[in-house]
Amino acid sequence: MDWKGRDVISVRDFSKEDIEFVLKVAERLETELNEKGALDYARGKILATLFFEPSTRTRLSFESAMHRLGGSVIGFSSASSTSVKKGESLADTIKTVEQYSDVIVIRHSMEGAARLAAEVADIPVINAGDGSNQHPTQTLLDLYTIKRAFGRIDGLTIGLLGDLKYGRTVHSLAEALAFYDVELYLISPELLRMPKHIIEELQEKGVRIHETTDLEGTIPELDVLYVTRIQRERFPDEQEYLKVKGSYQVNCSVLKNAKETLKVMHPLPRVDEIHPEVDRTEHALYFRQVFSGVPVRMALLGLTLGVLEGV
Amino acid sequence: MAELKVTAIREGTVIDHIPAGKGLKVIEILRLNRPNGGVLLLASNVHSGKLGRKDIVKIEGKFLSEEEVNKIALIAPTATVNIVRDYKVAEKFKVEIPDEITGILRCANPNCVSNHEYTVSKFYVVSREPLKVRCHYCERTMEEEEILRNL
Ligand SMILES: [Zn+2]
Repeated sequence: MDWKGRDVISVRDFSKEDIEFVLKVAERLETELNEKGALDYARGKILATLFFEPSTRTRLSFESAMHRLGGSVIGFSSASSTSVKKGESLADTIKTVEQYSDVIVIRHSMEGAARLAAEVADIPVINAGDGSNQHPTQTLLDLYTIKRAFGRIDGLTIGLLGDLKYGRTVHSLAEALAFYDVELYLISPELLRMPKHIIEELQEKGVRIHETTDLEGTIPELDVLYVTRIQRERFPDEQEYLKVKGSYQVNCSVLKNAKETLKVMHPLPRVDEIHPEVDRTEHALYFRQVFSGVPVRMALLGLTLGVLEGV
Repeated sequence: MAELKVTAIREGTVIDHIPAGKGLKVIEILRLNRPNGGVLLLASNVHSGKLGRKDIVKIEGKFLSEEEVNKIALIAPTATVNIVRDYKVAEKFKVEIPDEITGILRCANPNCVSNHEYTVSKFYVVSREPLKVRCHYCERTMEEEEILRNL
């Protein structure tokens, strides 16, 4: 599969084969990393991380991935420290930065910014979040985490919990899961149901879907419970937020009737959706999920740079 | 009808069967509202057997490409296009919504990069009936009403 020079902008651009390939490469890199400690596939290559909007975790994850591949990193972590403040266009910033680097990771508050950056740049561009639109590397690391935990994705029953209306992460994850033979439980307050057009799209692709507000009743069915935060900033109206804030909390008593093998995931950061007491149980997969970001991003960086032929 | 004969053109394009009242919008979309040397005629609210009332636009001395014409399908899906040469209809086709719409539609998402940076807007047609398009940049879907407001 030819990935050299390819951009990673949206889950929509991927086929199932693309996804499987990335997951497989990530797995091989993780094994290799465990054996050798450090790799040098990207020696001499430079990653530019352009975080017009701050997101420390995502930036650190990409930086860690590039360093573990043997490459180096330049970049900025907020637009206020760049020429953007002086009114420079996004296109000009990208054209300038590509003179200094071999691959660009961009995070921006505007939807479509990564797509525009990719059109302007000759080097590969990876989207690390564009407003409320896409965050494809998050979706890939979610899939990777599930696959590593269960050895497969097909045949699993997965619950998506929380803000299914505004939650970018769950939208992309659901779209990607549609490639697999899964059953989905969409658990949310009435006000935060998954948008109808996404549900229809999933159903057309053959995903079995159940919508419910009842977490405790649904728990026993699940192999994976994917929890999301109800984000105040996504609400157009504060009153709406107050109505649904704190709707669900996953704690040990909620998990009483869960399968022993149930895994709880969360894109983090969490507020109060998962009680810290869950951290010590076998159910907690969310820190492992954070770790997964590194091999998955290593795979994407290495593939788009074209340095992983040997893997 | 006599009054239409008066406005017959020698060479150019006649767009017929435009829903009544949409003729001006068609002229706007095709950017014909600037003088191009030829005669531009708009007949509005003309009697039509098919539509009851319709608009007709005639453009002298200009041959619109099929693609150019297809853009008007967004507002005038019933329209037919006649290419006139030497007072005769040399070619005739119905408008069709293209798979991609570039340059004529603005994205309804205020936070879309295409509304802030220099880009040529681009949309993919997701469904024709009802009309739905997806923004190439922000990936948001726009439906008929929003599309018409942003043309
Ligand atoms: Zn847009």
